[in-house]
Amino acid sequence: MERNLQAVDEIIDQWGAKPESLLQIMLDVNHHFNYLPRESIERISKRLRMPISQVYSVATFFKVFSLKPRGRTIVHVCTGTACHVRGAPKILDRVKQDLGLNPGETTEDMALTLETVNCVGACASAPVVVVGGETYSEMTPNKMAEIIKAIKAQKAA
Amino acid sequence: MERLKSIQDLDGLRQRIIEKRKELRKRIRVCTGTGCHSQGSRRLVDAFQQELESRGLTREYMVIPTGCNGFCACGPIVVIEPEEVFYQRVKPEQVRAIVERSVVGDEIIEELLYVDPTTGERIVHEFEIPFFAKQKRLVFKDTGSNYVTDIEDYIARGGYSALAKVLSGMKPEEVIDEVKRSGLRGRGGGGFPTGVKWESCRRAHGDIKYVMCNADEGDPGAYMDRSLLEGNPHQVLEGMIIGAYAIGAVEGYIYVRFEYPMAVKNAEWAIKQAKDYGLLGENIMGTPFGLDMHVNRGGGAFICGESTALMASLEGKVGEPRGKHIHTVEKGLWGRPSNLNNVETWANVPLIINNGGDWYASMGTERSKGTKIFSLVGKINNTGLVEVAMGTPLRTIIYDIGGGIPEGKRFKAVQTGGPSGGCIPERLIDLPVDFEKLKEAGSMMGSGGMIVMDEATCMVDVARYFLNFLVEESCGKCIPCRVGVKRMHELVTDMCEGRARPGDLERLEELCHAIQETALCGLGKSAPNPVLSTIQYFRDEYEAHIYDKRCPAKICKALITYVIDPDKCTGCGLCRIKCPEGAVIGAKKECHCIDEELCVRCGICMENCKFGAIYIE
Ligand SMILES: Cc1cc2nc3c(=O)[nH]c(=O)nc-3n(C[C@H](O)[C@H](O)[C@H](O)COP(=O)(O)O)c2cc1C
Ligand code: SF4
Ligand code: SF4
Ligand code: FES
Ligand code: FES
Repeated sequence: MERNLQAVDEIIDQWGAKPESLLQIMLDVNHHFNYLPRESIERISKRLRMPISQVYSVATFFKVFSLKPRGRTIVHVCTGTACHVRGAPKILDRVKQDLGLNPGETTEDMALTLETVNCVGACASAPVVVVGGETYSEMTPNKMAEIIKAIKAQKAA
Repeated sequence: MERLKSIQDLDGLRQRIIEKRKELRKRIRVCTGTGCHSQGSRRLVDAFQQELESRGLTREYMVIPTGCNGFCACGPIVVIEPEEVFYQRVKPEQVRAIVERSVVGDEIIEELLYVDPTTGERIVHEFEIPFFAKQKRLVFKDTGSNYVTDIEDYIARGGYSALAKVLSGMKPEEVIDEVKRSGLRGRGGGGFPTGVKWESCRRAHGDIKYVMCNADEGDPGAYMDRSLLEGNPHQVLEGMIIGAYAIGAVEGYIYVRFEYPMAVKNAEWAIKQAKDYGLLGENIMGTPFGLDMHVNRGGGAFICGESTALMASLEGKVGEPRGKHIHTVEKGLWGRPSNLNNVETWANVPLIINNGGDWYASMGTERSKGTKIFSLVGKINNTGLVEVAMGTPLRTIIYDIGGGIPEGKRFKAVQTGGPSGGCIPERLIDLPVDFEKLKEAGSMMGSGGMIVMDEATCMVDVARYFLNFLVEESCGKCIPCRVGVKRMHELVTDMCEGRARPGDLERLEELCHAIQETALCGLGKSAPNPVLSTIQYFRDEYEAHIYDKRCPAKICKALITYVIDPDKCTGCGLCRIKCPEGAVIGAKKECHCIDEELCVRCGICMENCKFGAIYIE
């Protein structure tokens, strides 16, 4: 954890150890580790001289933060309005069924995390799914099943 | 790069930029907005660049990555200037041919042109396409043609001339007057008169005042704010600098949701450039006026778009709103006078200063002036961002610009105003769209999302969708919203899942009114809107769910079954192979059928049947 905390310190130094930097620091730390390790929260609390409860309250308030480690690839299913009316629920059902995960959960081997998002701004090609940063547009349950099959095959290889 | 030392310097700089560009014969605009980007348009930019470099043509021709062109349905889009030849759905392997024939040559590549679906005609130029021809593009005019990360491109088109005009002798009060005369109202949802807000903030006591830009855009399905900030950040920045001057602010913040990394990047980039050119920082254009500007990322909470929650979040606290009895223009960020406006509101300001408040007020309706950008999405052919004068009838937007509903289905309703808005039914298709008319119809303007729904959209399901969204996004500070919206969600879920009892609809309505009256902030107060408006216009659909356990649009899974039509089934067996649940039974070449117990209603069988033999009952 020593090395990890060094990264946290660097992020804090970059933004300045001020209360108003809290969210920006946490966003960068969350991005760095893919989640917020407990040690990093303690470190932020200490260096910003604020109660740890305040850091936790921000960490649990915003959707972006995760207190648990997340998988190497994140599957984001857009459930925004445009995607919803064009069939996002069916896509999400498919992923849930095929991966055996609920949104927010990670496969045991830490390969995949399933999450939903409220809109990725590609509404024109709804419904949209983002897998490991790659956007797939005009999805159908069929296409979704294919993509998951491909990911699983990749994993096995 | 040169730093402007006086206001007069701006004209000289503009002349030099234009002079420099005279060598350019053509510009190739490649849309890198989110829609086109998701279809791989970045690769197009690289491919064009390589192609030009390998031919040694980079002096005469230039590739420019632009913000969203607006016609996202046709992405990735490439437009060749000066003629404005419009190519749609362009792939990297077509780049060479485009350079060869249409950039170096003057040929038109027919296959890449847009085909007007009503006439079947191929259209060559961007401005002739009906989607564009029926719009009034002012604020969004340059987003799709602007070189996103180049301040010089903005300056060449007359950028920062409004700021120059303001700084060369307009008093702050005169600026405020101009904005008041324009009738501009906030584009973030509330529609509050911008000039009046500025005036209160100017009058508020305090040495340190702030200007802020709300780019939190939490409304799912709306992406105009992001597109503006990503595609034309200097226009937003110029508006903010003018506002800061008028109000007497010394510092500014742009609050962008973290999910918009490109908007964050481009805004930061624009701030840096503006500082380098002496358009931000101390002594702007050599005058005593100075302004500092920062970008702050939000954590993806819908409530943080609300003004007081946004400011709490900027202070490093949890983004919870507070009661509205203290105005943020007097006591906002750190208890100091703060003026928050939406991205689109700010982007309007340079236009108003350049052309005058009266010019602006000549457009629109009596109480809603100017234009509004809408994101036209959902069950509509021409999805994209459209800008029209306030008061434009819904019919023009849906049919003339939007090109109607796909697959010959019937238009049912359009949802506006996001989770705080409502659904406007087909019978109000001639409604002129402005702040008042939308409100009268039981919806609201919101930030400008327009989600089109067809006959295959279930309105009870839509209500449930928004309630689910609001349950998740409620910050939990007040009880009516924390508990009440959850109860509403339970009631509507019961309806969708066939458990509703008689009287539930009345209970739901009662809850709606109670929450409207007692919730603390705008989120809770307006949470009942999507429910009330769907009950108002589609009561029969609710009743079908409750009393007949039937979903007329055939969406609610618990109320439908998948059935195979024996007359159409050829027994090909594809559905049996594809069904992930093994729910289809039948022998080869014999009629198949679906086991209702095993079926999870995923619809994969229906998607795969080539004979249209599967239907929903
Ligand atoms: C729950 C809630 C969410 C909001 N979200 C946004 C938003 O995402 N973007 C925005 O500009 N305004 C949003 N607003 C409106 C802001 O509170 C504020 O009125 C607006 O930013 C002021 O700018 P304007 O006068 O230019 O519209 C929201 C309001 C509420 C109650
Ligand atoms: S795919 Fe269609 S035609 Fe083939 S067995 Fe199934 S229902 Fe019959
Ligand atoms: S709806 Fe899904 S589970 Fe049911 S029969 Fe069709 S494919 Fe199988
Ligand atoms: S609603 Fe899914 S991308 Fe916008
Ligand atoms: S993103 Fe390219 S047209 Fe909208």
